[in-house]
Amino acid sequence: MFGFSTDTLLDFAFTAFETIAILLAVVISAALLIWVERRLLGVWQDRYGPNRVGPFGILQVAADMIKIFFKEDWIPPFADKAVFVIAPAIIMFTTLMAFAVVPFTETIGVVDLNIGILFVLAMSSLGVYSVILAGWSSDNKYALLGGMRTAAQMISYEVFMGLSLLGVVLLAGSFDLRTIVESQAGMWNVIPQFPAFVIFFIAGIAEIHRAPFDLPEAEQELTAGYHTEYSGMKFGMFFVGEYLGIVLISCLTTVLFFGGWLGPILPGFVWFALKAGFFICFFVLLRAATVRPRYDQLMAFGWKILLPIALVNVAITGAVVVAMA
Amino acid sequence: MLSVLRTIWMTLMHTFRKRETVLYPEEKPYLPPRYRGRIVLTRDPDGAERCVACNLCSVACPVDCISVVKAEDESGRWYPETFRINFSRCIYCGYCEEACPTYAIQLTPDFEMGEFDRQNMVYEKSDLTISGVGKRPGYNFYRVAGMAVGGKDKGEAENEAAPIDVKTLLP
Ligand code: SF4
Ligand code: SF4
Repeated sequence: MFGFSTDTLLDFAFTAFETIAILLAVVISAALLIWVERRLLGVWQDRYGPNRVGPFGILQVAADMIKIFFKEDWIPPFADKAVFVIAPAIIMFTTLMAFAVVPFTETIGVVDLNIGILFVLAMSSLGVYSVILAGWSSDNKYALLGGMRTAAQMISYEVFMGLSLLGVVLLAGSFDLRTIVESQAGMWNVIPQFPAFVIFFIAGIAEIHRAPFDLPEAEQELTAGYHTEYSGMKFGMFFVGEYLGIVLISCLTTVLFFGGWLGPILPGFVWFALKAGFFICFFVLLRAATVRPRYDQLMAFGWKILLPIALVNVAITGAVVVAMA
Repeated sequence: MLSVLRTIWMTLMHTFRKRETVLYPEEKPYLPPRYRGRIVLTRDPDGAERCVACNLCSVACPVDCISVVKAEDESGRWYPETFRINFSRCIYCGYCEEACPTYAIQLTPDFEMGEFDRQNMVYEKSDLTISGVGKRPGYNFYRVAGMAVGGKDKGEAENEAAPIDVKTLLP
């Protein structure tokens, strides 16, 4: 009718369906993380965690959601209303956008951009806006301090994140995440690129400001940092946004360093879920085990340790790739 | 750096530790006998009520949740006409028990007294009084106190000598 053949329409419908399915799966698993994190923290602190609502307490998520929907959604009178409302949406949006290029299995994945990694980095950089705008529009000094810390932290760790990924890109010869996974058929990137993996993971933690790098929301010094003034579902969006970030970084680590869906016997999706799940649990373990560094220590660690290692890694990888070619 | 890895490892090993949590409604925690919970009014070994309506507990109570109204029976003995504790205000500090000269008011190891209606938390004398002696077996205030009361005159209490006439020098 509009010059589309049936094939294009079918294609389009299938892509739309796939996109929505991935979106739902990602958001639901991020919400489930609320429960997973509380249970796991319980395990590592010798308690049980929420275990009353539903089997093993899994319906705690539903209970939390119902609670948060009925909370008063308060915008402080001194806040910059429009920006205040938009800020939590940005973090959800950018993180979900980054999932578009993640290849979950051989066939599942929204798009295969040939600039996949760059797209992910761009989206996570845009995520800074969410936090800094939230801090700014709250018109609250703690929120603003939190926002400023985030901006500095995320922008500097973005650098090491990008640099650490260059090694992977050199080995695969492509920015496309699917090609990168396929290039790991012989050996997972984590073996030749171990320093890059460590740097990427640390930078990833800093990027989504999880413990131990949760300085932007350090509750002991900044009440709750940039989301001090937020309540109700707007706070919930920051919350789910943080969990989405965990899922994203876990998925990316899997894709970039641990061979994505590659693995024997089990189907690709199971392998992917297992690997990503492992890193998600590791994120929670880090929160249970580590202490928050001082702000200057965080910056010094980034610029004085991670940056040189990342640069040396890129140089060596480059030299090896050139020598092999 | 190594210490961070060690911390992570140690935390991970907590997976296999015993849980500290007591899963309460299914599994009751042990409460020691001197636990400070629901308050009771005890009786002396003869079965009479111990409280002498002296109001000391009411005065000692930091949140003013005890209300006592004194009455006197034909033998001259004081007793509380009403004795009311508002448990929705009580902080279970145990000061009332410490203040009581007759060991009448005692705290017990029981805390399962939740109510949906606040008014139901106000316990009257009939709700508070128990038939036993509580934590102080064998103690009867009137048997040891020097006060003259119904049938027992001054100097007739246990371990008490007859009163001395202070207006004479004779031994
Ligand atoms: S336990 Fe403390 S608060 Fe409760 S009635 Fe006794 S004195 Fe008052
Ligand atoms: S309970 Fe004890 S302190 Fe309170 S009025 Fe009775 S005798 Fe006095």
